[in-house]
This record gives sequence, structure tokens and C-alpha cells, in this order.
Amino acid sequence: MKMSQNTPDKDDQSSTNKKAISLPISRVRLIMKSSPDVSCINQDAVFLTTKATELFVQHLAVASFNNGPGKETNSLSYTDLATTAEEMDTFHFLTDILPKKILARDYLQSLEQMQEEDNDDDDSADF
Amino acid sequence: MAERPEDLNLPNAVITRIIKEALPDGVNVSKEARRAISQAASVFVLYATSCANNFAMKAKRKTLNAGDVLAAMEEMEFERFLEPLREALEVYKKGKKEVSEQKRKDKEKKADSENDKSREEEEEEEEERMEEEPEAENDAEEEEEDEVEN
Repeated sequence: MKMSQNTPDKDDQSSTNKKAISLPISRVRLIMKSSPDVSCINQDAVFLTTKATELFVQHLAVASFNNGPGKETNSLSYTDLATTAEEMDTFHFLTDILPKKILARDYLQSLEQMQEEDNDDDDSADF
Repeated sequence: MAERPEDLNLPNAVITRIIKEALPDGVNVSKEARRAISQAASVFVLYATSCANNFAMKAKRKTLNAGDVLAAMEEMEFERFLEPLREALEVYKKGKKEVSEQKRKDKEKKADSENDKSREEEEEEEEERMEEEPEAENDAEEEEEDEVEN
């Protein structure tokens, strides 16, 4: 009887604490539903995915920080993340959205080299 | 459904907070890095969903369930998440039960005396309600089924 005197507002708050997740479940469900072939998703499955995403964010941040040169500079940069995506197997699926940055100069140079190799194999061998 | 591409992003403020809590105090995380982690998180959700859906399809089920998500984590080589996930799910299920009982009591109470003030507050938190209500309904249905079985 004591519990029922709480306002609905307070109930929502206490339930958020119990769930111990900070990302919005509704948004995660939306992303999940945007995946093709997915029709129905169990509420527990959405919750687990939300929690897993939080663990993933922590893991990616910590792994990149420990892996990169960030400890000396006390910072985490895009390059650290891209390096982690490339070097650690579990993060390999991120290489498409975390491409390593290269200078336009280097890119053009490698492009030129590739073209030369295509046009004339002997010349590029001399080069 | 997702109408704008932004709808598939996760809220930056929350992502930033999770990163800050995971790293030692005072670490500077560049804006670019934060954005990249946020995008990576969205891709993670899609990847996990796709893996989990494969497990559901293999078992000829249409609905993704908790077991599928856990199996997906294993497949993705995120075994380290399994234990914390199982623990969190247990707490969540326990909390859900209490909340649904609480809601039922509230409903009964509301039926007794129309509480206009709390209704206004609820309208302000429409997004939260959208999250909570399906759970409550599901629970109510489950409980009704249980009663019939018993």
C-alpha cells in the first residue's frame, strides 16, 4: 500500500535506475528495426542490445586509448580509433566507417603509381 | 519508422558521457573521435541485429529474443560482454515486474480518483511513455496467460 502513493513520475525515475542503462531504448529499437529482414523484436532483446552498445562504446574508447599514444597526451583522437579498428580483430567491422586518414598528397601519389603500373609494367619496375 | 537519417544516430550527449565515464579523468576526447564512436555504436547495433536475426531465422522464429542477442555477441567475439549482459537482464526483468505491478496499482488508484495533475505530467514525458507502455502491456498479457494456465 505504501508504494502506491508514489506519483507516476517517481516510478519512471526509479525504473530507469533499476535498468542501469543510459542510452534510449526506443532509439536503439528504431535502429534495429531499420535492419532488413527483421520483423519482431522481443523487449528483452532490445534491452540487451542497448546494454551491449553501452559496453561496446566503453570497450572501444578504452581499447583505443590504451592502444594509441593518448596516454602521454591524455587525449583520444580519431586516428587512435581508426588504428584500433584496423589492428584489433573484434573491431574489424568498423574499418568501413573508421577509415584511416591519409594526406591527399600521399593518396594522389599512390594513385599515380597505380596508373603507371597499369600502363607500363616495365617503367614502374625501373622507377 | 526512421524518417530522417539522424533518427539512426544515438544521442551525442549520452555517448559522450559513457566515453567520459570509461576513460580516466581529464582525458580529452576530440569532437571527431566522439562522432566516430557514436557512428560506430550505430553500426554495432546493426551488426548485432543482423547476427541475432540470423540465429532467429535458423531456428525458424520471427521474433528476435534475448538468446539470439547473446549468441550474436559470441559470434562477434564480444564474449566479454556476456556476463555483464546476463546480470543486467536479470536486474531488468526484476525491475520490469515491479514496475508493471506498480502500474496496475496506479491504474486502480486512478480509476478511483481522476488525477488530472499526474496526467499532465505524463503528457510531458511522451517519449518515456512510449518506451514504458509496451512493456507494461506485455507484462499484463503474460500475467493474464499465467493466471489462465494456473
